[in-house]
Amino acid sequence: MLRILHNTKYDFIKPWRIAIGATVAFILAGFVFLGVHEARYGSALNRSIEFTGGTLIQVQFRQPPHVDEIRSTVGQAGFPNAEIQEFGNTREFTIRASGAGQGANVAVEQTAHNVQAALEQKFGAQNVTIVRSEIIGARVGDELTRNAVIAILISLVVTLIYLAIRFEWRFGAAAVIATAHDLLSTLAFLAIMRLEVSLTVVAALLTVIGYSLNDTIIIFDRVREDLKKNRSDSLYTVLNKAINETLPRSVLTHFTVAAATFSLLVFGPEVIRPFSWIMLFGVVTGTFSSIYIAGPVLLWIEHRWPRTSTAKGGGTRVAATEVARPSRSASTAAR
Amino acid sequence: MSNLKYRLALIVGLALVAIWALLPREVKVRQRGADGAFTDTLMRRVPLRKGLDLSGGMHLALDVDESKGAVADKGAAIDRALKVVRTRIEGMGVSETVIQKAGNDRILIDIPGVSDRERAIKIAQEQAFLQFQITDKTNALEKALPRLDAIARERRIGGDAAVGTTVASAPSAGLNGLLTSGADSAKGAAGKADSAQADSASLPGANGGVISKMILAGGAPGQFMFERGNEPLLKEFFARPEVAAALPPAKVVRFGSDSTVVQNKTYRFLYMLDANPIITGDALTDAKPSTSSMDGTVVEFTLSNEGGRKFQRETAKHVHDYMAIVLDNVVMGSPPVINSAIGTRGQITMGQGRDLQAAQDLSLVLKAGALPVPLKVAEVRNIGPSMGQDSISRARTAGIIAIVLIVVIMLGYYRFSGLLAVGGLLLYVLYTLAVLAGFDAVLTLPGLAGFILSIGIAVDANVLIFERIREELDRGKTVRTAIDEGFHHAQTAIIDTSVSTILTAAVLYQYGTGPVKGFAVTLIAGIVASMFTAIFVVKTFYLLWLNRSRGAQSLSI
Repeated sequence: MLRILHNTKYDFIKPWRIAIGATVAFILAGFVFLGVHEARYGSALNRSIEFTGGTLIQVQFRQPPHVDEIRSTVGQAGFPNAEIQEFGNTREFTIRASGAGQGANVAVEQTAHNVQAALEQKFGAQNVTIVRSEIIGARVGDELTRNAVIAILISLVVTLIYLAIRFEWRFGAAAVIATAHDLLSTLAFLAIMRLEVSLTVVAALLTVIGYSLNDTIIIFDRVREDLKKNRSDSLYTVLNKAINETLPRSVLTHFTVAAATFSLLVFGPEVIRPFSWIMLFGVVTGTFSSIYIAGPVLLWIEHRWPRTSTAKGGGTRVAATEVARPSRSASTAAR
Repeated sequence: MSNLKYRLALIVGLALVAIWALLPREVKVRQRGADGAFTDTLMRRVPLRKGLDLSGGMHLALDVDESKGAVADKGAAIDRALKVVRTRIEGMGVSETVIQKAGNDRILIDIPGVSDRERAIKIAQEQAFLQFQITDKTNALEKALPRLDAIARERRIGGDAAVGTTVASAPSAGLNGLLTSGADSAKGAAGKADSAQADSASLPGANGGVISKMILAGGAPGQFMFERGNEPLLKEFFARPEVAAALPPAKVVRFGSDSTVVQNKTYRFLYMLDANPIITGDALTDAKPSTSSMDGTVVEFTLSNEGGRKFQRETAKHVHDYMAIVLDNVVMGSPPVINSAIGTRGQITMGQGRDLQAAQDLSLVLKAGALPVPLKVAEVRNIGPSMGQDSISRARTAGIIAIVLIVVIMLGYYRFSGLLAVGGLLLYVLYTLAVLAGFDAVLTLPGLAGFILSIGIAVDANVLIFERIREELDRGKTVRTAIDEGFHHAQTAIIDTSVSTILTAAVLYQYGTGPVKGFAVTLIAGIVASMFTAIFVVKTFYLLWLNRSRGAQSLSI
């Protein structure tokens, strides 16, 4: 039997101050980056035109062109401030211009057309292919931003409610705080890498939330179980034990998910790259937060609001499982 | 034992259903032939719909346009507009278009494979409000000119320089003569102007203000001309509310679709029309493109019986008058003269430089009816077919590599049990795809990425169970009990994690659009399938194995 990290007895919770200090520093660094980007590019986050409104044109050239040539051509066609970026390889470029509040109307539509015509004139029609064009009105962008924020908030609330029902509010609150941490640290990651925030990235963000929550739930599930079994142990001990017990599972699962994400990042289509980055980072931050955020926060909540009725409530719960167990093994035996 | 039989029957049954759901089947595909006619052909393919980002095509979002006045009941208006837009887009002859309402005031249109952006937008967005209006015979514009000049003076509209050249080079008196002799592009009304219309040749008040200097008499009653350079100014001027108020009641000013060249100068047309249309596009039952030797490309239309009777009655009253055909407040071609009462059939001249395609599109739009509200473009996305192809092939590579990596990890670490998990994983892929096909879900690029990712996450449930079984074995339990306990204890965690992820995905589905919705659907289908395969299928595999090797003392895990 091949085993990794079997029967470990690490004290995971002990260095929690250092861990929380490190993550706070990372998040703060992210915010510093946000500020720097705000000053440098005029936008804290590199939001895609889905959110800002505007025009995006993806062009494929037969021969690698000079970026300055594209820039001047596009500038003459009515996009003086367009952002021009290489997309995946040296022959493909995206030309991006934010809406600047004018919205997608006939004029913007016309500009996209003009850019195409200008590029075709400059490089020859057979050498230029418009692979993709997107024109998005400012109003659509506003709605999407609002919906993205609502989606994230609602998913947090729904999760809190579900966990409060399945566990108890202390666990739910700790899990949600850990999730909020993931959100912040992923945002910091987005800022530091200056990845483009598109709808797909928001989807990745929500997947990260779900994934990190999985991790927390699996540890908490163990805590819940061990609390019933060893009632004399302190929560600190139980928490550490649960993390150690679930360690092989965590490592293996993160490994497989990271493998899938990695192959997406390396071999997948260019469009999906920011999504893969976020997921890869999410695996790391999710693992981290389920140990160093959810754990200490649970301890802190426990300390702050100790369960007064633990003896009573916990007692009946233990009794209930005690009753349930024999009957279940009986059914197993019958089978 | 019987329990095991039922389990196996369920797994095999579901697998068979899944395979059946994924079998390539005949799908009706509507295509437009070279002759412009539609033919339905049957195509065999796997019933998984590809999203626009994979198939290539165009996504269009149209909003109610309230820039020209508020719309009272947007919801009801958009419902009616949706029907019209659907008829029009489906008439374009592209297969598998999706037309739906979003929110209360938006229409979303997905057209796979379409690359002509401008044409599709025009077909969807054109309001197509058709009116037949009699041109004014009472010199209403001439009479109103002093008032219009006064307004122009008051508002300081129009530079003197521009006007000066107009008057100098083309005095209005001479213009009419020019028209009658040459300029065959202004055929229609202008060509017939020689006899009766001499009195309207020159406008009174040549010494008047800016506006009267710009506007010259056309060839027919109610028809006027102006130099093309003045078009923006005049359009802006006639759009002013105080100008509309200065015009006589029951009369409207409309611009024409055509232009004419006189003495190397390009002129555009302006019309004064009776505001009350004799008939509108509502009465139209059919329209088809055609060419006529006289008028070039035309759209022939047929009116309903009732509409035809009304049309006949009205045209009988207006014999020898000129009738303007007004589409979305633009006079199409030159107004023809009514020679006798017209019945249920007629034609619309497309005007200069409009080809058969334009006539085809106009017939389509007219047949579908007018949009009850003006729509404006809120979003256009165009994805070339090559990009979708590239995305699919790269996603496929990434997917295969991901699966290989996962299989290697599982087999290397869990050996025989890993093999069972891989078997479960295969069923997982099959079930998930079948669920997607069953719900007619759209496969998008983020959806594909989510699916690849979900394969990685799907083994999590197996890992949880296997680790638990190992723990139970460590505690000295027998193989059978360890497996039982392992599944039992891991189950709560698996259900809790799955449900919370499904909740997140549901929120994403509710608030996401297009590709992201596809991602949410894939995620939900994946989680349900993964729960089933990990808890039920792999357990059945174990039971099967236990049955085969009775009294097994060790488990390869």
